[in-house]
Amino acid sequence: MKYQSQRVALYYFAGALGLFVAQILFGVIMGTIVVVPNFLSELLPFNIARMIHTNALIVWLLMGFFGCAYYLIPEESETELYSPKLAILQFWLFLFGAAAAVVGYLFRIHEGREFLEQPLWIKLAIVVVALMFLFNVSMTVLKGRKTAITNVLLLGLWGIAVFFLFSLYNPSNLILDKMFWWWVVHLWVEGVWELVMASVLAFLMIKLTGVDREVVEKWLYIIISLTLFTGILGTGHHYYWIGTPAYWQWIGSIFSALEVVPFFAMVIFTFMMVWKGGRSHANKAALLWSLGCSTFAFFGAGVWGFLHTLAPINYVTHGTQVTAAHGHLAFYGAYVMLNIAMFTYAMPNLLKREPYNQVLNMWGFWITSSGVTFMTFALTFAGVVQAHLQRVMGMGFMDVQDQLGLFYWMRLGAGVVTLLGVILIVWSLAVPGSARQAGRVAAQPAE
Amino acid sequence: MSEILTKSAARNIFYGGTAFFFIVFAGLVAHSVSTVNAMSETHPVTPSVAAGKKVWERHACIDCHTILGEGAYYAPELGNVWVRYGGREDAATAREGIKLWIKSQPTGVEGRRQMPHFDISDAELDSLVDFFKWTSEINTQNWPPKVSG
Repeated sequence: MKYQSQRVALYYFAGALGLFVAQILFGVIMGTIVVVPNFLSELLPFNIARMIHTNALIVWLLMGFFGCAYYLIPEESETELYSPKLAILQFWLFLFGAAAAVVGYLFRIHEGREFLEQPLWIKLAIVVVALMFLFNVSMTVLKGRKTAITNVLLLGLWGIAVFFLFSLYNPSNLILDKMFWWWVVHLWVEGVWELVMASVLAFLMIKLTGVDREVVEKWLYIIISLTLFTGILGTGHHYYWIGTPAYWQWIGSIFSALEVVPFFAMVIFTFMMVWKGGRSHANKAALLWSLGCSTFAFFGAGVWGFLHTLAPINYVTHGTQVTAAHGHLAFYGAYVMLNIAMFTYAMPNLLKREPYNQVLNMWGFWITSSGVTFMTFALTFAGVVQAHLQRVMGMGFMDVQDQLGLFYWMRLGAGVVTLLGVILIVWSLAVPGSARQAGRVAAQPAE
Repeated sequence: MSEILTKSAARNIFYGGTAFFFIVFAGLVAHSVSTVNAMSETHPVTPSVAAGKKVWERHACIDCHTILGEGAYYAPELGNVWVRYGGREDAATAREGIKLWIKSQPTGVEGRRQMPHFDISDAELDSLVDFFKWTSEINTQNWPPKVSG
């Protein structure tokens, strides 16, 4: 850490980690409801638990991105943040909005479009929060050094805000509703979020491996070119069966099949940088998360996405547990691991601790990754069986679900393991070293 | 690689290519929107269908069910529920069947997934069924493969 204002990132990291635990907790509750359907059925129906689970994920990932940007941008721009006060105010507003949304959901106050359940006033508050953030980071970049990493990161963050505006458009024609709903959902996670991911990974590679910036930044442009050249038209894989013209089956199949290429490039990139760099950075855990991020994103987003993206296959698997399997591993690999990589790298610097709590953190990595991987396999098998029984044999939905009980029990077990891993990650980032740090601060008041 | 491609060349390829692909995408989407609007002439979204969609959203049905394959995968597909209830053959019976099913929730059956009780007026239920009927008439390229959804 070189700039005092980078410390505002700590607010965002703490908020994100708290919501991360809440997200997984609600995931475990839902996994329990699936196998014991009468569990909480009056108090907390599945649909309410589900909007909390998914919204908590989205909000904490965004909060993490904001934190990453507040840490990264002053260091890259070589200047203090434009306004740390505005950043702190923005954090509390965002956290308040998220909390208000969750409490509202518990009282059945929502707009009822998947992932975009936030009531209108919260959506508008999110826009205000995003504008505060974009103003703050853009002003910082404008007064400081401009690098490829800050360019790409800012483009991704502005894109997030711009495409979120489509959440305000809800036509009464379901086909048009779905088409533009994907402008938020797909163009986020398979578009502009990947710009954030690639730029943060590039920053971590420069810091952790010591490879020359010129090399890293050229890779960055190549990767994000591949991402958007495939990902934009790849939106077509959501336009197969919703009332849109048939040509999307060709466009969606071809371009979304190629979406695996940028993810593969990120694997090559991260491993090449580590191999070429040859620097042995003290923060081994941050390196593990960075390499884990590109690897798991390749499997979760790339391979598991490809599994069911071709139109003739998707015709059978669309909207089965195959989709759920892909969703879990993709979000974990690409965006959860990215955030945790950055938190693991930045938090020891921000808290002025040596990164000596790494063993616990790495245990957290392996336990959580095992949990999510096992869950993905359980859901994949469930989805294949479901697709066959329901879409080929024509068995009724509820009868098919009764056949999948074993897979759902395995998913619940994997979910509990994931929760334990997540608690370990949060604990390893927040707790160890705080006592020793307090002692050191007392001994060296001058610092 | 440094000889073949400089950083500024890579950057220009990125910006130019992204603009190109986005324009192509936006053009195709515009074409699809006009196709959908043309279909709406013969298959209009009536005020009742629009009101039914609001009922669908007010109760967050999509966070358990799926509609045209999108949703929470916890409860049956409803894009073709009209067809599953035999609406194409006997509209009146299908309408009553769907309404009665919603009104009789939750079943409380032990070990069966529970649909909550929703306070929906009879007029709103009719709108909701109109929304299901309208949705079942969308040209989905023959998806889902079976009437089971």
